[in-house]
Amino acid sequence: MSEVTRFTHGSRIPGWDQSTDPSKPAAAIPDPATTTVPEELRAAIEAEIAKYPERRSALIPALHHAQEHHGWCSPEAIEQVACVMRLTPGEVAAVVTFYDMFESKPVGKNTIYVCTNISCSLNGGDRILAAMRDAAGDDPDFNIRGFECLGACDMAPMASINGEYVGPLTDEDCNQVIAQLTAGETPLPAKQLSLRPCADAAGRTGGDGQ
Amino acid sequence: MSAILFDRIDEPGLATIDVYTRRGGYSALKKALAMPREAIIEELKVSGLRGRGGAGFSMGTKASFIPGAEIDKYLVCNADESEPGTFKDRELMQKKPHQLIEGMIISAYAVGANRSFIYIRGEYVLQAEMLERAIAEAKQAGHLGENIHGSGFSLDLVLQRGAGAYICGEETGLLDSLEGKRGNPRLKPPFPANEGLYKGPTLINNVETLATVPPIIEMGGAEYAKLGVENSAGTKLVSVSGNVQRPGNYEIELGISSREIIFGLAGGPEAGRSVKLWFPGGSSSPVLTADDLDLPYDFDSLAKAGSMLGSGAIIVVDDSVRVVDVALKLASFYRHESCGKCTPCREGTNWTVNMLERVQSGEATPMDLDIIASVQEQIIGNCLCVLGDAMAMPVGSLVAKFRPEFEAHIEAARERNGLGASQPAVEQPVLTI
Repeated sequence: MSEVTRFTHGSRIPGWDQSTDPSKPAAAIPDPATTTVPEELRAAIEAEIAKYPERRSALIPALHHAQEHHGWCSPEAIEQVACVMRLTPGEVAAVVTFYDMFESKPVGKNTIYVCTNISCSLNGGDRILAAMRDAAGDDPDFNIRGFECLGACDMAPMASINGEYVGPLTDEDCNQVIAQLTAGETPLPAKQLSLRPCADAAGRTGGDGQ
Repeated sequence: MSAILFDRIDEPGLATIDVYTRRGGYSALKKALAMPREAIIEELKVSGLRGRGGAGFSMGTKASFIPGAEIDKYLVCNADESEPGTFKDRELMQKKPHQLIEGMIISAYAVGANRSFIYIRGEYVLQAEMLERAIAEAKQAGHLGENIHGSGFSLDLVLQRGAGAYICGEETGLLDSLEGKRGNPRLKPPFPANEGLYKGPTLINNVETLATVPPIIEMGGAEYAKLGVENSAGTKLVSVSGNVQRPGNYEIELGISSREIIFGLAGGPEAGRSVKLWFPGGSSSPVLTADDLDLPYDFDSLAKAGSMLGSGAIIVVDDSVRVVDVALKLASFYRHESCGKCTPCREGTNWTVNMLERVQSGEATPMDLDIIASVQEQIIGNCLCVLGDAMAMPVGSLVAKFRPEFEAHIEAARERNGLGASQPAVEQPVLTI
């Protein structure tokens, strides 16, 4: 019997089309006596918890720390966060899968977000994404993703490379980024956002240059 | 016009407390702490400052909704700047973090909030670092913490990084995210002013709005209200991007002509190209065409023209771009970012993408355009938040204003793929009684 093709669904909840087994008990809050959490990670999460009136508020910062520590939000990382946060792994996983920056699969250590939203794509963002993918080839060290508007349309087309904004990019820059990251250098130091002057201040001198 | 938000924006070291204080920073805070709380809210009302995040609601009025009782109240700064085309808050937070912090302290004092939060989008790593450093400096200088400058008022400020979700820029989605949950918007009412963060009264404002508070206290609300035009007081940061020669952030006095911004400041499209359409307030605003370029850039004029000022992000699209590509790009973005809570948005964004893909591939007929338009109408106003509307308004306006181009595209794509012309329009018989 051939499988009935289903229309793609807009839901962001992974597993919405999979059945569950209600006879199995839901995973409980991990027992601190049997869950080992790296000391460094535990300290970082506890410092976050201390900032808020309610401890659950520290979940997203905790997951940032866990992702930094493990490279991705692995089941092990989720278990450890759940243990320190006193939440069930299910509650933590629900948050992980909602946010684009949390990786729920293992990824390369260099994360490159290429903006492909409207302003960047008007300036060739989609082409840059393809060029970046071509440049990296199948090197497993690179995690290259087309991303939604990163809030830097003034330097379109742009990308966020391990958190550093660079732009405007050319096809040639993509090869250079991959080469520089492979060699452990800072990618495109001259094209970083921190060096960009404000367009207003650069275009008009003084405060009243209407 | 003298710059209020971008005053000395590129001065080296302005992000540090030393230079900021030397340039008159934190003097508005001292002035405000000597004023009664009601007087600050009154100044904000008189100033006519309208929220700069997108909705354009009067900040003073919003602050006055916060109950005066001695209960836990919160101030939240919405720094989740994710509206496509918007990047003004990024520049402010990176170069003038102390102006935002000063504005937050004054606002928190005005409404009696003792805990405040900045929710910044996770992608803004550099800006989060700048803010963390500035918050530490402000604490060191006694502007934050217990009993600020002997006023008896205490305030704690925590910076939280998001993790990449457009919906967390919606105020109630942001509150859920700040509480450590999925960023699903809440049913309103109750509004955050009554029941917000941790179910306490919460004042939530955009970065630019809060950063405008110190200058208002400094110059007085009445003086600020003289800037701009009626119902759109003051200056506004506009982010111009897309097909323009000098994209970037510009501070303008509200009410100047849109042509002046797009051509005068941002340089317009490159030589030989003309403006085909533009988004006046981020990708969620209904599009305007070249005929609307002389509209004054203020809240009322843009609303009268059927669009909105939104976040102040102008995206210019020139005549080399196909409208269908723009519509599909938009719809795909909103489909990806829909949280999935409300059916009209979750399914509507999805089916709009599917239909636009049919238009692209040539499977569509002009009837698909009617269906696209009807889907947009059924989304608007039928969801908990405005994410669905944010797709329906621009896509609906694109189909309405550029229908002949959509139809020509459909016919060309059908021809290319050997599907033949779509059904020719049949003349309707005239009924005579």
